[in-house]
Amino acid sequence: MSMRKLSCLLTGLMLTAVPGVCMAQMTADTRLGVGHSVTDADLRAYFSIPPSGKGLPAGSGTALQGETVFTESCAACHGEQLQGNMAPGIGADKLIGGRGSLATNNPVKTTESYWPYATTLFDYVKRAMPFNAPGSLTDDQVYSVVAYILAQGKIIKADETLDATTLPKVKMPNRDGFIADPRPELSLYR
Amino acid sequence: MVGERDFPAGSRSSGRDGTSQECPCRDGMYATRNERRRFLFASGSTIGAAAIAAGGARAEGKAPAGAQLFDVPDDPTKEQGRPVAADGGYGTRSQFETAVRVRYPTPNENTSWSLTPLADLVGNITPSGLHFERHHGGIPTIDPARHGLVLHGMVDTPKRFSMDDIKRLPSVTRKHFIECSGNGLTEWKKPTLKTVQQTHGLLSTSEWTGVLFSTLAREVGLKPDSAWVLAEGADAAVMTRSIPMEKMLKDAIIAYGQNGEAIRPEQGYPIRLLLPGYEGNTHIKWLRRLEVSDKPFMTREETSKYTDLMADGRARLFTLDMDAKSVITFPSGDMRLPGPGSYTITGFAWSGRGRVQSVDVSTDAGRTWYPARLDSTPEPMCTVRFSFPWRWDGSPVVLQSRCTDETGYVQPTRAELIAIRGDHGPAASVYHLNAIQSWGVSQSGGVSNVHA
Repeated sequence: MSMRKLSCLLTGLMLTAVPGVCMAQMTADTRLGVGHSVTDADLRAYFSIPPSGKGLPAGSGTALQGETVFTESCAACHGEQLQGNMAPGIGADKLIGGRGSLATNNPVKTTESYWPYATTLFDYVKRAMPFNAPGSLTDDQVYSVVAYILAQGKIIKADETLDATTLPKVKMPNRDGFIADPRPELSLYR
Repeated sequence: MVGERDFPAGSRSSGRDGTSQECPCRDGMYATRNERRRFLFASGSTIGAAAIAAGGARAEGKAPAGAQLFDVPDDPTKEQGRPVAADGGYGTRSQFETAVRVRYPTPNENTSWSLTPLADLVGNITPSGLHFERHHGGIPTIDPARHGLVLHGMVDTPKRFSMDDIKRLPSVTRKHFIECSGNGLTEWKKPTLKTVQQTHGLLSTSEWTGVLFSTLAREVGLKPDSAWVLAEGADAAVMTRSIPMEKMLKDAIIAYGQNGEAIRPEQGYPIRLLLPGYEGNTHIKWLRRLEVSDKPFMTREETSKYTDLMADGRARLFTLDMDAKSVITFPSGDMRLPGPGSYTITGFAWSGRGRVQSVDVSTDAGRTWYPARLDSTPEPMCTVRFSFPWRWDGSPVVLQSRCTDETGYVQPTRAELIAIRGDHGPAASVYHLNAIQSWGVSQSGGVSNVHA
């Protein structure tokens, strides 16, 4: 073994404990160069809307417009009164009511009473609703039907317009109702 | 609340009173034995019964899921068996093995769950075909040639990884459990369901193979303030959860292998996120996208669903770790011990916070505890199989197991949990029930779900 190899070996042992690949370990760039670049246009196929509203699409809607969308696309499962439906083959959540019930012995968790962010409702409807045709609503229809559900829950007024600017500003009734996970629960340790 | 009567008959034992047993000495201990008999003596198959009496059975009726039905010879040493590779090159289980997942009777079959038959499992690994399921928009059929994983957001170079790309990268192979945080949600108030499949079956363990997220992160480069990662599935629910970056870099796996083969479609084919020790809902199946961010996205699942409502009306957010837990699978609910004598108590123990340190068993409702034997080697965030030799004297007893993990956390009683989290209705704190499970054994040997 030459001195150079020995030196490399020793350095490798000291640095990485993997002597056989010591030269590779010394290079600054450890990327493997696998994967393909994506463009902004590619990424426009995706969305996920955080509470800040970042990524909300153009478009707008009101509860008045949303009533039509709800009747056509949502009421069959969620009910004309947004009361939900647990019948076999349906299983749709109740969307309004339950406000003030969370600390009682019969908490009723609905969009109105429990959901902390209106952006979540927009994201979810655009993403996964209606159940029989997920992702089929236009952005205007999503804004409208979100406005309708929020207005029925008396969170916004029926004539308010929701868009990328106004939606993140909607204050949900249970906005401050969540706390960080306090676990592990220390009383459960020996 | 859902009662056991809503489950298909296949999830229940039929021999509770012992009167219908052909062989009272053995039958009835395991629900599967009754299942097997029911299958062999299917209604109307008097011919089959006669053939068995004469020493042979014609294949008739329907094979159990995952099996093929063949004639049962009088004496298998006196005739040739089936030719090699006649199964087309992929084997099936024996036609005499009937354990199946059972769907929880939610109203909608596309957003529902099925439970692993824990009492029928042997060893520590869950067969892939029996791994529990939780889907929110059915099981998609995905062509891996058209599937890829996009990694973008707060990264230097957003990239798309094809399945070929992912398989080129260095991989890890690790055994981990996945448990739905809703496991046992019917059992907070009173003993509700009968079998351990129904009370604990949202738990499964596999050997997973895939690429560490940290490997992918190196390829794209993370921005300094990146703190959360949104994971998104390619199912009809386009399921999303936000995961802390700390967890993603620690041990998150982009998994494509399960128990030595490609992940099953029900488990996320061709790739899923695997977050050792985290609640099952976060292990996004059919993974198609990871978006790096500085804040969580507050998706529907992580706000309105998988949060824990406390008695004061506030709810815990991002309760991601699964605390230590254990359950006895033999004897367990709806079984029947044939009489006093020696038995081997056995079950599973697991912790989302590390290795299982030890398991204790009590045969007197938790007054005294004895150490159980660990039958498999404890690994981080993986189940262990435990066992305990027991002589039953024929008197009524309550059997319990208790897990201690390597952090020193001791599996609590239900009362201890309720003292912390409250007990205010079926829509309150339903998730993360990791309390000690009690099985009552009556004088007649019947085993039932009890609160002790």
